Amino acid sequence: MTLTVEGLDVRYGGVHAVRDLSFTVGPGEIVGLIGPNGAGKSSTLHAIVGLAPASGSVRLGDSELLGRRPEEVARSGIALVPEGRRIFAELTVEENLRLGLAGRRGRDAPDYAGLFELFPVVHEFRSRQAGALSGGQQQQLAIARALVAEPDVLLLDEPSLGLAPSVVDVVFDALAAIKERGLAVLLVEQRAQRTVAAADRTHVLAHGALRVTLAPNEAGDTDKLVAAYLS
Amino acid sequence: MTLAILNIDWSTLADGLALGATYALMAVGIGLVFGVLRLVNFAYGQLVMAGAFALALASEWGWPVWAGIVLCFAVVLALSIAMEHLVFRPLRGHSPAVMLVATFAVAFLLQSIALLWFGALGKIAFSLAFLNRPWTISSVDIRKIAIVAIVVAIVCLALLQLLLTRTEIGLHMRAASMDFATSRMLGVRANRVISFAVLISGALAAIVAVMLTVQNSQVTPDFALRDTIVVLAGVVVGGLNRPVPATLGGFAIGFATGVLGGALPTNQSQYIPAIVFAAVILVLLVRPRGLFDFSRTVERV
Repeated sequence: MTLTVEGLDVRYGGVHAVRDLSFTVGPGEIVGLIGPNGAGKSSTLHAIVGLAPASGSVRLGDSELLGRRPEEVARSGIALVPEGRRIFAELTVEENLRLGLAGRRGRDAPDYAGLFELFPVVHEFRSRQAGALSGGQQQQLAIARALVAEPDVLLLDEPSLGLAPSVVDVVFDALAAIKERGLAVLLVEQRAQRTVAAADRTHVLAHGALRVTLAPNEAGDTDKLVAAYLS
Repeated sequence: MTLAILNIDWSTLADGLALGATYALMAVGIGLVFGVLRLVNFAYGQLVMAGAFALALASEWGWPVWAGIVLCFAVVLALSIAMEHLVFRPLRGHSPAVMLVATFAVAFLLQSIALLWFGALGKIAFSLAFLNRPWTISSVDIRKIAIVAIVVAIVCLALLQLLLTRTEIGLHMRAASMDFATSRMLGVRANRVISFAVLISGALAAIVAVMLTVQNSQVTPDFALRDTIVVLAGVVVGGLNRPVPATLGGFAIGFATGVLGGALPTNQSQYIPAIVFAAVILVLLVRPRGLFDFSRTVERV
């Protein structure tokens, strides 16, 4: 199913964080959202999942998501991998995964085998306390926890933040595999070049508004990227 | 047979364990709701009081013991649900101070209603009084209620542990008490988790009401008020935001109160609260995070 964001506005008190933003993410697509700090990237994600006050329209297929509670949005097929991972450090890896099931719609057995193939460490450490994992392992757990729900749309808020380069590779490889499985992926990132190269298209935000959209072949075009950031 | 220290005999020890067990259940009841709502329910004691009046009325009406216990559960659970819908839910997300003061208001409201309906002298719940008679175990007299209270508390805590660790709703409750926002984002239903926590907390209050009316059959409007304050102190001493330390804190303060009550001569028992609360202050000065909180905070960036 396609995620459609149309005329989205987010205001926090007097701060206009997102202005009239529109874009779509279709099945089997990765769409990147990049831009300087405070550009409205995270606010956009928060509005989609019902954590920020927003107006406009956010639809999954034909159904409107704005105005729903966060748990209802999760149960309608949208999974968020939050900034800072937000894993439950005192629960085991397996319990963290079981929590992901809360957002699942089907009653059939979840595809753990496919998940563990994507993230072997999650399987290897399944009985450990999640807090004992390294940052990169926690990030993989956070993505796996979102995928357990078998969402139509996966939202990621800066998944590579604070990770070693080798782990960033693991995360981006996983995203490619997730795209192959037909999910719609919306990726908010600070690593601009990496994102432009991995995504089908990347929207650059500044001051809450969409400035320019970049295609994968423009990842090497540093001038254009810099211009987009500074526009 | 006598334990040499402090002139404590075995039956005093059993009474102390029983009070500790009962207070542990109250600590769990308060802790469960605090976990999901970040709200210290000061009106918890009035739930117990309402249950105790239900038991007293049932014995006045000549109902059989089981029917009195059923009535006690019905009253306490109904009151818990009403409290949740009328007070907790509308105030959810407000500052802890606002919520605490709101529960003060509920506590005094319920106490005043009890005063209007039943008077200051209250009523007597006598149908379970037979549990005060002793069992003689190898020449030591131990009151039946002590054994019953300890067994009931152990069974309740074990069942609760199973519920929290083995079931889906239990996992959701634990997750919600660690990080409510993230839990909701994963699809955990906030209202369902809160209602469930409030219900279990209410069921525990009903059980506590049964235990306390055996110990003290004179049910007055301030029934369980002092116990609640003592348990709250115990929960803070144990470590409010962690269920096991909070439970241990409740147990410890109940045990200390019970043993001191048995060991001190009657004319000195009025010093017990002073001794117990002095110990509470001392503990909080030495271990501000709680006596039983042994966790290390390891935060990764």
